[in-house]
Amino acid sequence: MALIEIKGLYKSFGKSEILNDINLDMEEGKVMALIGPTGSGKTTLLRHIDTLDQPTRGSIFFHGEDICRLSSKEKFLVRRRMAMVFQKPVMFNRSVYENVSYGLKVRSKENSRDDVLHTLDEVGLTGYESRSATTLSGGEMQRIALARAMVIKPEVLLLDEPTANLDQKSASAIDDLIERLAHGGTTVIIASHNMTECRRLANRFAILVNGKITRTGRPNDIQLDRGQYIGFLESIDPSDKT
Amino acid sequence: MDEISAGFIRAIQLIVTLDPQVVEITARSLSISLTSVFIASLIDIPIGGIIQFHNFRGKRALINLIQTFYSLPTVTVGLLVFLLLSRSGPLGSLGLLFSPEGMIIGQTILITPIMLGLTISALGGVSVQIKETAMSLGATDLQVIFTILKEAKAAVIAAILLGFGRALSEVGVAMMIGGNIRGYTRVLTTAISLETSMGDLELSMALGIILISISLAVNLLLNRIQGR
Repeated sequence: MALIEIKGLYKSFGKSEILNDINLDMEEGKVMALIGPTGSGKTTLLRHIDTLDQPTRGSIFFHGEDICRLSSKEKFLVRRRMAMVFQKPVMFNRSVYENVSYGLKVRSKENSRDDVLHTLDEVGLTGYESRSATTLSGGEMQRIALARAMVIKPEVLLLDEPTANLDQKSASAIDDLIERLAHGGTTVIIASHNMTECRRLANRFAILVNGKITRTGRPNDIQLDRGQYIGFLESIDPSDKT
Repeated sequence: MDEISAGFIRAIQLIVTLDPQVVEITARSLSISLTSVFIASLIDIPIGGIIQFHNFRGKRALINLIQTFYSLPTVTVGLLVFLLLSRSGPLGSLGLLFSPEGMIIGQTILITPIMLGLTISALGGVSVQIKETAMSLGATDLQVIFTILKEAKAAVIAAILLGFGRALSEVGVAMMIGGNIRGYTRVLTTAISLETSMGDLELSMALGIILISISLAVNLLLNRIQGR
């Protein structure tokens, strides 16, 4: 059985249909990439999986349970098993240490200093713990956001454009981290418009255009169908023509 | 002009020598206003959180109403509380009219709109993403509210200080509910009013200087917090 099963999911805001009959399975311990241009519904889909949004209709099954039908208290328990990193992560107006330890603190895991320091080391920010998180650069904030999510060891990690707006070096560091997480058995779902990144990291992909899944498959399938999707690729990532 | 200069010098002397009457009135003023602000904070910050974090019919109208009451005339609140606490009023049996406790009730009601409204604005000023980040990291509803309060700390403290300033400087409630009883309910503003009418300008000026100094200190503190 898949870890996450999405069945007939729709989301509308007024007359605008953001998600249109989404059907998708995500296996445990794998990396799934949601690929699509800006406004295609990737972020909305991630938010639904993290129970931050309620669909207009349809279901999302997590461990076989429809999380769209749960009470807010039950949804909170589901959220505790996941973590989401937003496209433009915001930092709490506190130190880097307090930001990274936030998820542990709300779970009353107070004796976790070693975990926090180890995670900071993993994201390459050793020695940053007492710095104010709001004064960091975009790349550093992105790494703190990832560390904040990683430290709670979620079953499912939802990443919304984790390397968008980052320079090559920072993006590469983030990609390495995601790769390590995936090898560690975490189920990772990445929303991205960067085809190269998705091909490197993901076991499976789903292409989302105008709220509809137009294709799913394995990374190699994208290469095989390159000619078919070249127009789409150019529209979302002009640099990815090789 | 000479009278003013002489009065000013005498006023400074009264403050420097810690004149018992000046100290007593100042201490009572601070005690009543600080208690009012403390009680109002306990009521207004959670209610502000409830209003800000819940969507309900008439929310916008309620916030508009609260903002309208920012400039609620102090004598109107004084009259309302007087009617509540007077012997024939619904709370007359408590015997709180012309007592410091009655003044605290009046001042708490007086500063509630401004503290409530500014708390709502302060919480509304925190990015929605802070709330969603806290939620996605596994915070409970209560933990989310505390996280947002912490993010809005400076603005919430500003609301508390503004409430304190309004409570300390008001005269309507203090006069109508306290009755300006010497040694019992006489505070800075009512004492200034009385002493001026009796011609004791020196004591009035001394109390006035203290009142302005406290306001200045509150203002400086406010600027410092907002500048962080």
